[in-house]
Amino acid sequence: MATANATGGGDEEWMRMNDTRWRGLGLTDSIKNIEDKWLLLPAFLKVKGLVKQHIDSFNYFVDVDIKNILKANNKVTSDVDPRFWLKYTDISVGFPDRTDPDAIDKSITPHECRLRDTTYSAPIYVTIQYTRGKKIVKRPNVCIGRLPIMLRSNKCVLAGRSEAMLARMTECPLDPGGYFIVKGTEKVILVQEQLSKNRIIVETDPVKQIVQASCTSSTHGGLKSKTYVVTKKGKIYLRHNSIAEDVPIAIALKALGIQSDKEILLLTAGTTEAYRSTFSQCLEEAAKLGVFTRHQALEFIGAKVKVNRKVVGPRRPAWEEALEALATIVLAHVTVKGTNLRPKAIFVGTMTRRVLMAMNDEKMVDDRDYVGNKRLELAGQLLALLFEDLFKTFNVTLKSGIDKVLKKPSRTTEFDAFNTMQFTGDLITSGFVRAISTGNWSLKRFKMDRAGVTHVLSRLSFISALGMMTRISSQFEKTRKVSGPRALQPSQWGMLCPSDTPEGEACGLVKNLALMTHITTDVDEEPIIRLAYLLGVEDISLATGTEIYSPGTFVVHINGSIIGITRYATRFVYNFRKLRRAGKVSEFVGVYTNHHQKAIHVASDGGRICRPMIIVEDGKPRVKMEHIEMLKRGEVTFDWFLHEGLVEYLDVNEENDSYIALYESTVEPTTTHLEIEPFTILGAVAGLIPYPHHNQSPRNTYQCAMGKQAIGAIAYNQLNRIDTLLYLMVYPQQPMVKTKTIELVGYDKLPAGQNATVAVMSYSGYDIEDALILNKSSLDRGYGRCQVLRKYTTLIRRYPNGTFDRLADAPVENGQIHKKYDIIQPDGLAGVGERVEPGDVYINKQTPANANDNSFTGQASAVSYKNSPMAYKSPIPGNIDKVMITDTDNDQTLIKVLIRQTRRPELGDKFSSRHGQKGVCGLIVNQEDMPFNDQGICPDTIMNPHGFPSRMTVGKMIELLAGKAGVLAGKLQYGTAFGGSKVEDMARILVENGFNYAGKDILTSGITGEPHEAYTFFGPIYYQKLKHMVMDKMHARARGPRATLTRQPTEGRSREGGLRLGEMERDCLIGYGATQLLLERLMISSDKFEVNACEDCGLMGYNGWCTYCKSSKKMAQLTIPYAAKLLFQEMMAMNVVPRLILADAS
Amino acid sequence: MQSDIYNPRRHVGVHAEYISDVSNRDFPGHYPDEDNSWNLDLFRKKLHVKVNELSQRSIQFDLVGVDASIANAFRRILIAEVPTIAIEHVYVWNNTSVIQDEVLAHRIGLVPLNVDPSYFEFKPDAQDQATDRNTLVFKLDVTCTRKPKTAIVRGTKKAEPEPEEIYNHSIVTSGDLTWEPQGEQSEVFASKPPRPTNENIVLAKLRPGQEISMELHAIKGVGKEHAKWSPVATATYRLLPLVVLNPEKPVPPQYAEKFRKCFSPGVIDIDPVTKAVSVNEKNLRNESMNREVFRHKEFEGCVELKRVRDFFIFNVESEGTYAPEKLLPESIKVLRQKIATIRSAAERLLAEIEGEPAVQGDVEMADA
Repeated sequence: MATANATGGGDEEWMRMNDTRWRGLGLTDSIKNIEDKWLLLPAFLKVKGLVKQHIDSFNYFVDVDIKNILKANNKVTSDVDPRFWLKYTDISVGFPDRTDPDAIDKSITPHECRLRDTTYSAPIYVTIQYTRGKKIVKRPNVCIGRLPIMLRSNKCVLAGRSEAMLARMTECPLDPGGYFIVKGTEKVILVQEQLSKNRIIVETDPVKQIVQASCTSSTHGGLKSKTYVVTKKGKIYLRHNSIAEDVPIAIALKALGIQSDKEILLLTAGTTEAYRSTFSQCLEEAAKLGVFTRHQALEFIGAKVKVNRKVVGPRRPAWEEALEALATIVLAHVTVKGTNLRPKAIFVGTMTRRVLMAMNDEKMVDDRDYVGNKRLELAGQLLALLFEDLFKTFNVTLKSGIDKVLKKPSRTTEFDAFNTMQFTGDLITSGFVRAISTGNWSLKRFKMDRAGVTHVLSRLSFISALGMMTRISSQFEKTRKVSGPRALQPSQWGMLCPSDTPEGEACGLVKNLALMTHITTDVDEEPIIRLAYLLGVEDISLATGTEIYSPGTFVVHINGSIIGITRYATRFVYNFRKLRRAGKVSEFVGVYTNHHQKAIHVASDGGRICRPMIIVEDGKPRVKMEHIEMLKRGEVTFDWFLHEGLVEYLDVNEENDSYIALYESTVEPTTTHLEIEPFTILGAVAGLIPYPHHNQSPRNTYQCAMGKQAIGAIAYNQLNRIDTLLYLMVYPQQPMVKTKTIELVGYDKLPAGQNATVAVMSYSGYDIEDALILNKSSLDRGYGRCQVLRKYTTLIRRYPNGTFDRLADAPVENGQIHKKYDIIQPDGLAGVGERVEPGDVYINKQTPANANDNSFTGQASAVSYKNSPMAYKSPIPGNIDKVMITDTDNDQTLIKVLIRQTRRPELGDKFSSRHGQKGVCGLIVNQEDMPFNDQGICPDTIMNPHGFPSRMTVGKMIELLAGKAGVLAGKLQYGTAFGGSKVEDMARILVENGFNYAGKDILTSGITGEPHEAYTFFGPIYYQKLKHMVMDKMHARARGPRATLTRQPTEGRSREGGLRLGEMERDCLIGYGATQLLLERLMISSDKFEVNACEDCGLMGYNGWCTYCKSSKKMAQLTIPYAAKLLFQEMMAMNVVPRLILADAS
Repeated sequence: MQSDIYNPRRHVGVHAEYISDVSNRDFPGHYPDEDNSWNLDLFRKKLHVKVNELSQRSIQFDLVGVDASIANAFRRILIAEVPTIAIEHVYVWNNTSVIQDEVLAHRIGLVPLNVDPSYFEFKPDAQDQATDRNTLVFKLDVTCTRKPKTAIVRGTKKAEPEPEEIYNHSIVTSGDLTWEPQGEQSEVFASKPPRPTNENIVLAKLRPGQEISMELHAIKGVGKEHAKWSPVATATYRLLPLVVLNPEKPVPPQYAEKFRKCFSPGVIDIDPVTKAVSVNEKNLRNESMNREVFRHKEFEGCVELKRVRDFFIFNVESEGTYAPEKLLPESIKVLRQKIATIRSAAERLLAEIEGEPAVQGDVEMADA
């Protein structure tokens, strides 16, 4: 009784304790996590979109950068008339419009440009001010050229349009934009990866025992130079391209105005004894060379400076050359006021100190593969460079045009520069179009010569287009055998997708952005410098080496340049971040402390990769459940989270300086940030894989490559497009096992694959080596059915002599129309919907017989025409899907015909699941022969179980399990990375529905009717049909066409070529001694040729006559390869006589 | 018969990781040192066919006492060789819808028709003359138009009205197919005009101004040619499940409920007093055989799962061409034809051996 009472009392006490609320929570209430914090991701994507980096960069160029470029090149003067000037006061880019001068409706849609093979571009307007006679004239809105417009940028007509409005413009709402349409083709400017500019990178070469610090300077003027501070035999030198020899560092510093050795020592080695002793010999060297004063140092350097100026006037003394080189070329990014080179001296001193540090401790070197040391160059930057180059060329041309007019002594009318400007041509327009359509960025002015900058947007599938927009290409050449740049960097975490990279030569060099990354654009650094001073940073020009390197002092760098020092590093960084979170500084400005270098770096430059993260303070995330609730209700956007300081962007360097918790449960008191969602470390393409965290990692990489080849839906406007080659699936399905990424990118709306019921078993032996067995009835019902649409195009030309092409009705021969003209209608074009057999004519074009006769002056209508019809070449019949007649930019009539083939899967077609498991169809089996389970379900596909052990694609098995459970429960399951539906839950659903927990069913053989002895893993797996189909590949030839020159069989399938018996095959026949076979293969079946040769002179004749001997007596006939005959004749043409010595003639 | 299913000779063992005794003997029903010579009376006694469920579209029946090869032959014939009528030739006069001609034709081909194929002959070749004995003609003529403003009835005020509310014929269904009688067909099919068995199959979607106009020719065919001629949605069987409790090792009473949950509902009964488990013979056939019981250690050795090798529970779903109960007789008909072909061939062969002059020409195969 007593005990019972005691327990009862205990319970009561417990109840009372539990009743007390702390922050609204009882003792036993579980600590609530912020659920659904992943909702921040769709919110982020809603604001930024998947290709925000391209669009942001382009917007920055159009809105900001273009104005800066104009400001830097805003004046045109004349050499002839010093009173003349022309000034650009403003520049703006208009909206895309139609270029036809007589158009009434000027509005244009991107889709029209795609169809009409025109460029989607907008005019660039400038406001000019210039002198006309004695007056100053102002002219606004002068068009100087046209700029191709990036789709969905803020100059694009699609920006901010609703789905219905996009539909009216035949544009797909899921299309990400971010590309250009130039001459009808969609072109992407890939993101280019580069080493960051204006930063010091210290490297060692352990073999050569060299330590070097390098810095690539880049200024807004476009000047680029690389400065090194290197060690050579223990001594330190300054090296620069414009200086022929390495300059001892002490001399360099002396030339930069640090005269005393003490000061040099303090600026480089500081007070650290180890560094001082290392550095001492550098000082000695300067003394040995007899350089003590600044003047001596300048003279020393001046003798070695490479002068590459046009020599105008007298030669300058050496020290002046040196001073100029040091002031302008060496470390050009460090701003110098007048001749005070002290900031440069401090910079060189810092570089030297970094070298000294690395000499003493080899851990102090930098990693050039570290993502924080990388900058990404985007379309905007590349276009800005191109525009600056073109604009300068434009101004030069304009100037010479103006000079030409002004040179004339007497003019009838008053000179108006505006007229000259109008005649300066479409330099800018054609420059942009040429660069984007060829991808050659060769700008002599900026020492830039890059090829392959742009690529045609791959529209194979929706995912391939999307994947292309997130692609990053490296400048690193592919041939070098260094693993470093290709390796997976730990700092890529969350920024670059670890799975999505191609196999083979570009492996690791071509990367893809992760889902939640953003690439910064330039932020003005002037206010940031001022802010730094306000936060207590002391100006660097007031500090000496003693202060700079004194313990507890941190040097403050802004975008690589040293601006000052502070003794309160933590406070400075804390306050700076506070201001940024409060929105006083741009959210894309990064700040971090480097404790090894004792430096604070503030970065505001463009091209840094960054991503948002939840801020954690005092061990608690700032984003609370109520915020997520508000987000769910749609009251707030992602930007609100930013403004409220709940979420902030971290670049790679700052991320490295933070303590980030992956999950809320792992938050510690020292945690600074919380990840929004772990699966965002994957990119858009790798995000399609269900359960990727259960797969062997190369499998995910393979799938990333294959997902881009899958046939499916491409865009909502796919049936309005006329692409060169378009693959579409007839019945695409969204996957049973989705991921959150799939929903975010819209893959569930534009899928590429079908949910096939798969039995994992062996069947018939036609399934070895990854081959698949397909169910014939499934194919009958539409599984794997796809369409291939191919564009055929022609121009109805006008020729310079006034004649022109025409279309004509089918020709009538003997009162009958030839069968191949069956489908031609009176307008000379095939009817839409008609079936096209191989050889059929679909455009009956006729060209004038004298099209190239420029002397022709007669009536254009009187010329005779010859037929030049377009005939269908493919061996498989198709249907006319679309016929389009339109005009191009230059008033040529353009005809496009789209021909469609509908294909059902056949033996040899390639399929793949989403786990890098590809296979070809090995056998098609009738449904009655297929095994079936107790429910009577037959598989669509049988996959051989040997595909599993070595590939270790456990994710595929879980996909099957989750898919099966989803089918039974009537809902879609999730296979999101690092999450997704749990296997236990799936197993439970299976058992509840009377299935085995492991997904294994009892199957009955369809052939014998008896049960199988083994249980079979059976359920739905999402299968993709890949674009590789046998129909496009199979090829055989008996006899066929030959090349004209050599008379040997042609090469390649497209030319109906022969199959080559190559060198190695030849070696086999030689080794076997099969001489007759060898002779037959290499000559008789190839290019045998009968020649007449003279036994006397050994030369070839013809018709039994030797032209050399003028006789027919000793002629012999022999068979040689035509190629040999050709060789003899070519040698004779080079004055070499090949003689055939015939031993056994007659 | 019920007790006979516990004859171990008829059992297929279902174990945790494998299935045993899958096959019948090389000579089904024959055992050493026994007289198993075939006897019609005995076969009659053993053969049972019992219909358990019959609905408009499906049938479930037991077929007991035959070898798997026979049961499977019926299944295979049902899927692949019972003839039906389906649309094969499509003549497109006009199609301005978004769906392509071939795709639309493919969809129309898969529509099951309610025509008794016995009236029809096989059309020997696509090029051959179509007659009223081998071809049924359908027409599909649909044009989508806007409904007059007054006729639009809208339930709720939505931003975007549903297409069906404001357009006529925005969805083309199988019900839009119209039959065009040819020759004597109008009399033959007067009582039951040819229609799709399901009028609500979506074929295409249209918008105002779009039009589909085509002529469709349906012919007789079999499922192995193309799945559209298959008369069944599925024809399948499973073997009768058996749950055999081990009297040596009863299920512990505290686990009785858990044991029950390892099987399909109703298969295991628990005595309310003793908590002893027993198998409900009536519901035994519902057991799903998901081997859940093998996952639990406490039931090791308590129970054996088996299936009866010659007890086939057939489940056939008709597409509507044949009444479900007619399907098995149809398949027997086809099987008998096949047997007849073989028999005639065998007789011919026999005659040949006995010295009769060889009959000219090859044996005509049923499916040639």
